[in-house]
Amino acid sequence: MAEFFYMGGYAAFVWPSYGLAALVFIGVIWQSVTDLRAQKRLVDKLETRRRDRKPEGGA
Amino acid sequence: MLTASQRLQAFANPTRFMALSGRLVAPLGVLTAVVMAAGLYFALFASPPDYQQGETVRIMYIHVPSAWLSLFVYSVMAVSSGVALVFRHPIADVCAKAAAPIGAAFTFLALVTGSLWGEPMWGTWWVWDARLTSVLILFFIYLGYMALRATIDDPHAATRPAAVLALVGFVNVPIIHYSVNWWNTLHQPASVFRMDGPTVASSMLVPLMTLAIGFTLFFFVMLLVRMRAEVLRRRVRAMSLRRAEG
Repeated sequence: MAEFFYMGGYAAFVWPSYGLAALVFIGVIWQSVTDLRAQKRLVDKLETRRRDRKPEGGA
Repeated sequence: MLTASQRLQAFANPTRFMALSGRLVAPLGVLTAVVMAAGLYFALFASPPDYQQGETVRIMYIHVPSAWLSLFVYSVMAVSSGVALVFRHPIADVCAKAAAPIGAAFTFLALVTGSLWGEPMWGTWWVWDARLTSVLILFFIYLGYMALRATIDDPHAATRPAAVLALVGFVNVPIIHYSVNWWNTLHQPASVFRMDGPTVASSMLVPLMTLAIGFTLFFFVMLLVRMRAEVLRRRVRAMSLRRAEG
């Protein structure tokens, strides 16, 4: 196991590569999903507001 | 039954796009996770160290797919931009905008992992050779495209200048691809997509190709998620404007 993490002496180059890749992937997922959720909330808010307004306007 | 082109047209309609993409994201996401897990297993456990490069060869399994994707994503962006410009498909414009940050992320990853591989194998973190320099320019083109998008609020007004920028920037893609043949670079020439077949041992091709497929799937899942967010953002904008007017 220690040998695996040692990476033949290249641990300082191999693991940062994989770590950074993980960070970049997680970052893209987090940013994209958060944005999608935020836009969904905004659409819902605007749609309920429009529904609430309609009866008054139509009367 | 719908023909392929009718299906594609249905996908180009924002409402239909939302319905179809909504059904695709979850299963594609699961598939991506499975392929990535298999790829990582091959890359870290089930493949041998290189006889010359030792364990640093494992950096290749991240570096090379990232670099491929940096070019592939830009090509997707350029084609979408062309379609947005000529046919005025709103979804094509949404696709180009949504792809850019993912492409920038892959380019960044290719540059940094290349550096982490260059130091132990070439003895330098960076050289201004044609391959490295042209990929750095690609990264700046992505950032420039994103900055242009960020400065124009109205998505319809942004379509044309953004598409022109993306298409002009596309000249860099073949330059990157052929840079290792046209100029004397420290970076090695292609060793997978060659006329005479790959020169990489199959024990290393398996992790490389599995992760390349995983990265490509990841791109498409994230593209769909980001496109969905962008379609909704435009809907929010239209609804807010209507409210302000009425």
